[in-house]
This record gives sequence, C-alpha cells and structure tokens, in this order.
Amino acid sequence: MLLSARPRRAPAAVPVACDSALTVRGGGFGHGRDAVLTGVDLTVHPGEVVAVRGPNGAGKSTLVRGVLGLCETHSGEVRLFGEPRARFRDWHRVGYVPQRHTVTGGVPVTVRELVSSGRLNRLRAWQRFGEADRCAVDCALEGAGLAGFDRRLVAELSGGQQRRALLARALAGDPELLLLDEPTAGVDAASQRVLASTLAGLAETGAAVAVVLHELGPLAEVVTRTVTLPGADAPC
Amino acid sequence: MLSYEFMRLALAAAVLVGLTAPTVGVYLVQRRLSLIGDGLGHVALLGVAVGLATRSAPVLTALLATVVGAVVVEVLRARRSTGTDVALAIMFYGGLAGGVVVVTRAPAGTPTTLDGYLFGALTTTTRTDLAVFAGMAVVVLGVTIGLGRSLFTVALDEEHARASGLPVLRLNLLLAVVTAVTVTLSMRVLGLLLISGLMVLPAGCAQLVARSFRGSLVIAALVGVTVSVGGTAVSWYADTPSGGTIVLMAVALYAVLSIARLARRGGQRPRPDAVRTSVRPVDRVDEIPLPH
Repeated sequence: MLLSARPRRAPAAVPVACDSALTVRGGGFGHGRDAVLTGVDLTVHPGEVVAVRGPNGAGKSTLVRGVLGLCETHSGEVRLFGEPRARFRDWHRVGYVPQRHTVTGGVPVTVRELVSSGRLNRLRAWQRFGEADRCAVDCALEGAGLAGFDRRLVAELSGGQQRRALLARALAGDPELLLLDEPTAGVDAASQRVLASTLAGLAETGAAVAVVLHELGPLAEVVTRTVTLPGADAPC
Repeated sequence: MLSYEFMRLALAAAVLVGLTAPTVGVYLVQRRLSLIGDGLGHVALLGVAVGLATRSAPVLTALLATVVGAVVVEVLRARRSTGTDVALAIMFYGGLAGGVVVVTRAPAGTPTTLDGYLFGALTTTTRTDLAVFAGMAVVVLGVTIGLGRSLFTVALDEEHARASGLPVLRLNLLLAVVTAVTVTLSMRVLGLLLISGLMVLPAGCAQLVARSFRGSLVIAALVGVTVSVGGTAVSWYADTPSGGTIVLMAVALYAVLSIARLARRGGQRPRPDAVRTSVRPVDRVDEIPLPH
C-alpha cells in the first residue's frame, strides 16, 4: 500500500534544501504481530502542515503511534530530523497529541500541572522549572485557547477542553515536529479555529506538523498537503 | 507517654512512616495501583519468615523479598501479557502461604509468631531500627520528592511519557523499589496487612480536598503524619494495637472529609455545573481569545 499524496496548495516559505523533520520509508506498523500498515512512505518538511486522512480502521493512529515507537515497527525505517529513530535522542523536539479524549487518574491534577508535564523533556531529571519554562506553559495554554484555565482541575473540564489541554501539553515543549491524532474530534468550531491558527503559527516558525483528521473543517485553511490512507478493504 | 523511651522511639517511627507511605501512595493511586502495597505486604511475609528461619535480620530479608516482588510486578505490567492479573495473585498468595509455612521451620527459641509482623508491633522499635527506618525514609522521600515531576508525568500518562523520551520503565521500576522499601519500613509500625491503608487512605483524603497534584502530595503527607502519630498516641492510652488504630483514624478522617464535602455541595444550590450549562449554551465563539 502506498500513500497517495495530494498537494492542496504550495507550501508557503519552505526552505528548498532543508532536511525533512519526519521520513517514513516502506514503513510497516502494527500491534504485536498483527500488521495494520505496510509499505508506508511519508515525508514531512519543516513549515508544512500535512493532513493524514482515511476511513476508520485505515491505520491513521497506528501510523502516528508507529512513528513515535508506541506500537511495533515491522518493516521499513523511520527517521526523525534525519536520524534513525533508534538512535534519535532529542525527543524534546517532538510533540504528540494522542487521540484519547480525556486524562484521568486517581488524584486531582490542574491544567497547569498537566501542561507543564509536556515541558519535562526539556529539563534534566532534577532540574527545577525556570521562568522560561513557565512562559512556555503560558504560551501553550494561550495557543490552545485555555488562557485563564490553568488552575482548573483537568477532571472538571469538558471533553473538548481536555482535548485542548492535551494540545497545550504538546505545545509546551516547543516542538519542531508536532504529531496530532484527531485533535478536532469533539472540539467545537471556535476551538477548531483557535487550533488552526495555532498550527499555522507553528508552521510559520518552521515547525513540521502532521495531523490525523477525519474532517478537515476549519483546518482546511492551514493544511498544506493531504495524504490519504486507503481503507483496509480498498485495493492497494 | 513521652517519659518512656520505647514510646518516644515509637512516635519517631510513626512520623517517618506517616510521612513516607502517603507520598508513595499518591503516585500509586494516580496510576490506579492502590492495592499493590497490599500484595507486596504478602510477599514481605515470606521474606520475614525466611529471615526468622535462617536467623538473619527479618527486615533485610523482607526488603529483599519485596524489592524482587515489586520488580516482577513492574516487568509483568510492562510486558502487558494476558494473565498478568492471575500471575500477580499467584505471587502474592504464594508469598503469604510460603511465609506461613516457612516460619514453622524457625529454630527453637525464635519467637515464631507472625502477629507482630502481620498487625504491627510499634512499641518494640529499637534505636537501631529507628536509624534504619530513617535511612529508608530519606531514600524514599528523595525519590518521591526529588524525582516527583518525572514520576508524576509517567503516572499521569504513561504513553505520552514514553513518546516524550522519558525512561518510563526505569522510573516505574524505581517507584516499585521505593514502594517495596516503604512496605518494609511500615511493616513494624502498621503490620503487613495494614500497610496499604497508610499508603492509600491519605491519598484518598487528599483526593477529597486538594485542588492540585502538588497539593495532594502535601495533604496526603500531613494526613499520614497526623493519623500515624495520633493513632500511636491513642493506642497507648486506649491500649489498642497501633497499626489498626492508625488505619481506623485514617478511615474516620476520610469519612469526615467525605461528609463535609457532601454537606458543602448540598449547601450550594443550584449546583455550579448546572448554572454553567444553563447560562452558557453551545456557542461560545466570543469567549475564546484567538491568538494573534
């Protein structure tokens, strides 16, 4: 199965000779021994916002999770910023928004605490949170449309607000490659517009964005390229 | 009460346990592993029995058994194999049964009753015990507070932590080892069957009143120290076993806080979330600040 790449419009201000942020060549991913995807080729360059689309069960989430090493890679290779994934150490350059709708645990957690946890990979284990880190968290909250929500408990937020908190967590690490898995599911139109402008802003600063989407919605404005995964029963 | 050396030692041990057990417990509750301490308590009994049977220090053999048990639990969890649940049950009950059987092989003259270990024998704490407890408490608090942010991140969302490049397995193993150390440390104060109570109940109390994770840690530690010192004092005056008294105080505090919370919620009418739904309908376009 090969990904069909359909350019929607020319990517704005992409440096011509720049290295890709993400390259997948002949990638096969799955859960345990079950293969979900095979022969995937995907490249995402800095400044691009690539939408990954496809029917339910096509393996969109598996692709994102496979890239991050959260599920099995059966074949092919994944390179992050030119480095094979096994050798890649700069994980602070990568942000991830999982598909999950909620974050709950047994103990109350504030929005700020959740979002700050996305900053952790920029710090050493014993290092304290500095002014720059607090600023990054504030910016991330604003970028996700959650300014003023920082002291609220995550469990008291609506589903859509929790999704935005997960986005803010990814933004807090100032990622150069951001992978989002259906960030608009269950999110209202206004928040989708906030997300669109946040992603556009990120891409302008040279970040690479790959976003799994079921419906383009307001994000159609900022998506520079769409790749489509054929469904499981579609001919490869 | 304080004029007796053994009570001063007992109270000092109670402070150490009251402080450490809940700080570990908060992470366990966050990870929804509340009952792991109970299982490790069962495994610790085998360690105690081996210590008694071989005339070596039961605290050290118990520590060894719980550390091995805790590491096995984490490895089983990380492999996510089916049947983990049953594997854990086999380990926990095997440990308990092994302890009961092995202890009968203790040489003549050894106090072979396991009661002190099962239900706590705080007033038998010696100065040497206290020094060992203090060392263990420093190790536990060093991890739970020093590495708090990393442990919190993993406990909150393990998958995201892994995607962030955090050493998830190592952090989980570290928490498992620290849990094992806490179980062994609390063994004398609370008894192996009641250890989990002081790990989990203060975290439960914090759940009711805290407004953040950091707040939960502080409240759980405060509750832990209060009930363990209070329980020890009550057990002295009321002539009751220390472990049971401490855990009953924690249960009572949890009940009081739950009732207070219910009363406070009942007093607020209409409920705040009801107001939110009725005043703010679906469309909230104007309220969300657009970034520029």
